[in-house]
Amino acid sequence: MNGQRTPRAYADPYLAGAGLGVVLLAAFVLVGRGLGASGAFASTAAGAVAAIAPERAAASPLFSHYLEAQGPWLEWLNFELAGVLLGAWISAALAGRLRMAVERPAALARGSRLAFAFGGGVAMAAGAALARGCTSGQALTGGALLSVGGWLFLCVAFAAAHALAPLVRKLWT
Amino acid sequence: MSAPLIGDGSLGASLVAAVAVGLGFGFALERAGLGSARKLIGQFYGRDLAVMKVMFSALTVAMLGVFWLSRFGLLDLRAVYVPLTYLWPQLFGGLLFGAGLVVAGLCPGTACVAAATGRIDGVFVLLGFLAGMVGAGLLLDRFAAFYESGAHGAWTLSELTGLPYGVVVAAVVVLAIAAFAGAEWFERRVR
Repeated sequence: MNGQRTPRAYADPYLAGAGLGVVLLAAFVLVGRGLGASGAFASTAAGAVAAIAPERAAASPLFSHYLEAQGPWLEWLNFELAGVLLGAWISAALAGRLRMAVERPAALARGSRLAFAFGGGVAMAAGAALARGCTSGQALTGGALLSVGGWLFLCVAFAAAHALAPLVRKLWT
Repeated sequence: MSAPLIGDGSLGASLVAAVAVGLGFGFALERAGLGSARKLIGQFYGRDLAVMKVMFSALTVAMLGVFWLSRFGLLDLRAVYVPLTYLWPQLFGGLLFGAGLVVAGLCPGTACVAAATGRIDGVFVLLGFLAGMVGAGLLLDRFAAFYESGAHGAWTLSELTGLPYGVVVAAVVVLAIAAFAGAEWFERRVR
């Protein structure tokens, strides 16, 4: 941790977005599939449940998908997500932005922020399981390939977040 | 030679590509500042529209790349996996996901960036997400009919509207430019 350094400002959003678009295009060109995040957690959950209760895992329409072919641990998205962690760490280290912290408004207790983070994560997982993907797998990848379901997910998820935001203002101000 | 360059047969090469692609993905998200819940959530309070700008410019660049590479015969579109459409679970799942997002402040990908750069709230989003996946996977067989409802396979906006691929691509570019112009105007007005 280099806590003494002043963190550099974030990049221009259009520039960072264009870079992200090139990365997504590279994924299509290299392996014929796009980016993802929730799939790695679904496959990890599938692997864990299969190790404890194989018949329960096989009966799940979500888990059974990851138990085929190379199995849950060699899932492509697991390796991609390991890359995400490393890439984010490198970027933040280069910019002096590595810092242990709980991001929260001053009025919100640390424990509350962490509880809401956990609960929001649970709700997102339920949504991503039903939708078969999240912001990266459905909205970004499906969006770029003009998938109807990807655009539907993108529009609905953003609309829901915007609509709910005024009700949870206390979490962020 | 036509892309995709790495076939289904070569697991090792595809996993090396996975790490490389992930590196770029994580790097770009961190550069944009989307590993910060407070910056990300600014989108939903009209303070900072970086989420929309980053996502829409990434989507547009990749969409244009796929379109032109396939037009020049350099990318075989039949070998690119298009996420499948299931209308009703994606509609309901999107609502649930958006609600979770504004409470968590980070989506799964950006929570990974947050966690990797020292943010404990990001770690807790990921723990919740993993717990939720275990729960969803165990409960989903009771909702199997809903999970499979509105199935349309690999369904594109071009097939939905009957418009040629290139026309839909051009329409998305126009939409993106309008959204960017609107975002810049809005942010200036707020400041």
